[in-house]
Amino acid sequence: MRLLLEPRLKRSRLMRVASPLLAGVLTVILGAILFAALGRDPLDSLYQFFISPIDSLYGVSTWLLKVAPLLLISMGLSIGFRAGVWNIGAEGQFTLGAICGGGVALLFQGHGGWWLLPLMTLAGALGGALWAAIPAFLKTRLNTNEILTSLLLVYVAEHLLQYLVHGPWRDPQGYNFPQTVMFDAPATLSPIVQGTMLNIATVASILVVPLAWLLMHRMFFGFQVRVSGLSEPAAAYAGYSRTRMVWITMLLGGALSGLAGLFEVAGTIGKLQPVISPGYGFTAIIVAFLGQLEPIGVLLASLLVGLLYVGGDQVQISLHLPSAVAGVFQGLLLFLVLATDVLIRYRVRVVRTVPAELVDQAVEG
Amino acid sequence: MADGILVSTVVSTVQAGTPLALAALGELIVERSGVLNLGVEGMMLMGAVAGFITAVATGSPALGLLVAILAGALMSLLFAFITQHLIANQVATGLALTIFGTGLSAFMGKSYTGISLPGIPAWHLPVLSDLPFVGKVLFSYDPLVYVSWLMAVGLYVYLYRSRAGLKLRAVGESPDVAHGLGYPVVRMRYLAILFGGGLAGLGGAYLSVVYTPLWQEGMVAGRGWIALALVVFATWRPGLVLVGAYLFGFLTVFQYQGQSMGLGIPPDFLAMLPYLITIVALVFISMDRTRVLLNTPVSLGKPFHPTT
Repeated sequence: MRLLLEPRLKRSRLMRVASPLLAGVLTVILGAILFAALGRDPLDSLYQFFISPIDSLYGVSTWLLKVAPLLLISMGLSIGFRAGVWNIGAEGQFTLGAICGGGVALLFQGHGGWWLLPLMTLAGALGGALWAAIPAFLKTRLNTNEILTSLLLVYVAEHLLQYLVHGPWRDPQGYNFPQTVMFDAPATLSPIVQGTMLNIATVASILVVPLAWLLMHRMFFGFQVRVSGLSEPAAAYAGYSRTRMVWITMLLGGALSGLAGLFEVAGTIGKLQPVISPGYGFTAIIVAFLGQLEPIGVLLASLLVGLLYVGGDQVQISLHLPSAVAGVFQGLLLFLVLATDVLIRYRVRVVRTVPAELVDQAVEG
Repeated sequence: MADGILVSTVVSTVQAGTPLALAALGELIVERSGVLNLGVEGMMLMGAVAGFITAVATGSPALGLLVAILAGALMSLLFAFITQHLIANQVATGLALTIFGTGLSAFMGKSYTGISLPGIPAWHLPVLSDLPFVGKVLFSYDPLVYVSWLMAVGLYVYLYRSRAGLKLRAVGESPDVAHGLGYPVVRMRYLAILFGGGLAGLGGAYLSVVYTPLWQEGMVAGRGWIALALVVFATWRPGLVLVGAYLFGFLTVFQYQGQSMGLGIPPDFLAMLPYLITIVALVFISMDRTRVLLNTPVSLGKPFHPTT
C-alpha cells in the first residue's frame, strides 16, 4: 500500500480552513505528550497552558497585550510573503521602531503635550520602515537576497539598542542599570481599563485587519500582490513592477513592525531597556503562515499564538517548567502548519498495489 | 613580541572561523542539491546544546560531538520530510527549523547554564607541531580544525572530481532532467540535507564543547545566518567557504582585541561588525549578476514533485 500525492488543479477551499485546524489539534496532542514525558499530568498541563491564563479579566488583558504586536507585525509580513518578498527581519524593525519612538519621547522629556504621542507613533513607524528600507534597497538596486540582509540587520539593531541604553541614553539616576528614564505622562499610553495594562493602541491594532482585508481583496495592489506570489513571470508579463512590489511590501511590513515596537515601549514597558521584544518579530512569521497569509486568518492565528506566550509564562509559575516551552510549542505549530499545508495543494490517494507506470510518479516512501 | 601577537591572532582567527566553516560546508552540499535550508541557526543551537549536555553527562567531549552530529541530522530529517515528502515551502520550513531549534535548545539547556567544560586540548602532532612558527600557525589546533580542512578538500574532490558529485550537481541544477536520467532525486536530497544537518550540529557543538566550553541560551548568535551568507559569498565553492569563514573569524577576534586595546569604539559597534561586513560582502558578490547567475544551483529552493 502506498500513499500517492496528486496535485490539485485548484487549492482546496475546505482544506484551507481544515488544515490549520488540524495543525492546531495535532499541536495540542503533541503538547500533551510532551507534558506527559516531562512527568506532568497532561490534561491539567493543557488546562494550565491554554485555559487558566485567560480565566480572568487581568488574564485576558495580558493576553491581548501579546496579541496586538503579533497582529501588527504578522499582518505586514503576510502581505510581503504573499508577494514572495521574504522580510524576516521584523524583530530588528520592531527594535528600531522602539528606538526611534522612544528617542522622541526622551527628546521632549518634560516638555511634552498632546502632540507627543502622535509624533512618537510617526517616528516609530518611520524607524521600522527605515530599517526595512535597507534590505529593500539592497534587493532592488544591488540584487542582494533580502532574507539574509533583513535577518542580519536584526543583530545590528539589537546591538544599537544595547549601545544606547548602556551609553548615551542611560538614566544617570538609574543606579547603573542599562535603561533610560521612565517616559513621562505625555509620552505614555495610559491604561483604558481599570486594573489592566490595556491601552488604546492595543485596541486600535485590530484596525489593521479590515484595512489589510480591503488592501488585499478590494484594491488593485492586493491583486498584484497575489499574482506576484502565484507566478512572478506572470506578474512581470502583466507589467507589474517587481521593484515597486518589493519596496511597498517591505516598507509596509517595516512600518507596522516599528509601530508595534513603539507601542510596546510607550505602553507596556514605559522606557527603553536592553531587551524589548520577547521574540515577537520571529513569532510573527509563524502567525503569518498559520493564518494562511490571509487577514482574517492572521487575526485568529495571533489570538492563538498570543495564548502560547501567556501559557508559557503560566506554566513557568504553576508547573515550574521553563517558559521556553512556549518556543517549543511555536516551532511544533509552524512545522505542523507547513506539513498539513500539503493537503491544500495535493490530494492524497491510497493505492493498494502500484501499477508499473505509476511507480515513477509515486513519492518515494 | 610582535611574532607572538601575529601567531595568537592567526590561531584565534582559525578557531573562531571553524564553527562557521563546518556549518557552511554542510549547507553548501545542501544547496548544491538544490535545497535551501534556512534552519542552520536552529540546527547549530541543537548541536550545541545536545553536545554540551552529553559531554557534561558522560565526561566525554568526543561523545558530545558525536551526539551533536546526530542532533543536527535529526533536526534536518524533519526538514527533509516536510520539504521533500510533503513538498512544503523550503524558506518557511527552514525558518520553522530555526524557531523550533531556538525554543527547544533553550528548553533543554535551562538547567545547564553556568556549568563549564574543560574543552578539548590541541593535538600535539609529532615533528609538525614543533616546527618554529609554522608549527604554531598550522599545527597547534584541536582535531576539529583539521576535520574542517579535510572536509573542504574532500568536498572539493567530491563535487568536481567524482561521479557522485557530478550527479549531485545535476540534481541541483535540474531535478527533472536528473529524475529523467533515473537518479533518485528525493533520496539524494535527503542525504544532502542530513549531511548538512550533521555538520551544522557539529559546528554548534564546536562552540559549546570546544571554543567557549559552556552553554548559554541563543549562544550561536547568528552564526548560522552568517554561514548561510558565506555559502553565497563563496559562490558555492568549498575552498572559498574556508577563506570566508576565516575572514569572519578574524572580525570576531578583532572585536575582542579592539575592546582590550581601547580604540575608543564602543564595544557594541565592534560587535555589529561581523553582521555588517557579512551584508557588505553579500552585496559585493551579488552586484555581479552574471556571476551569481552562473554559480547559483538553478533549482535552489524550488520544490520538486516527480509528477509535475
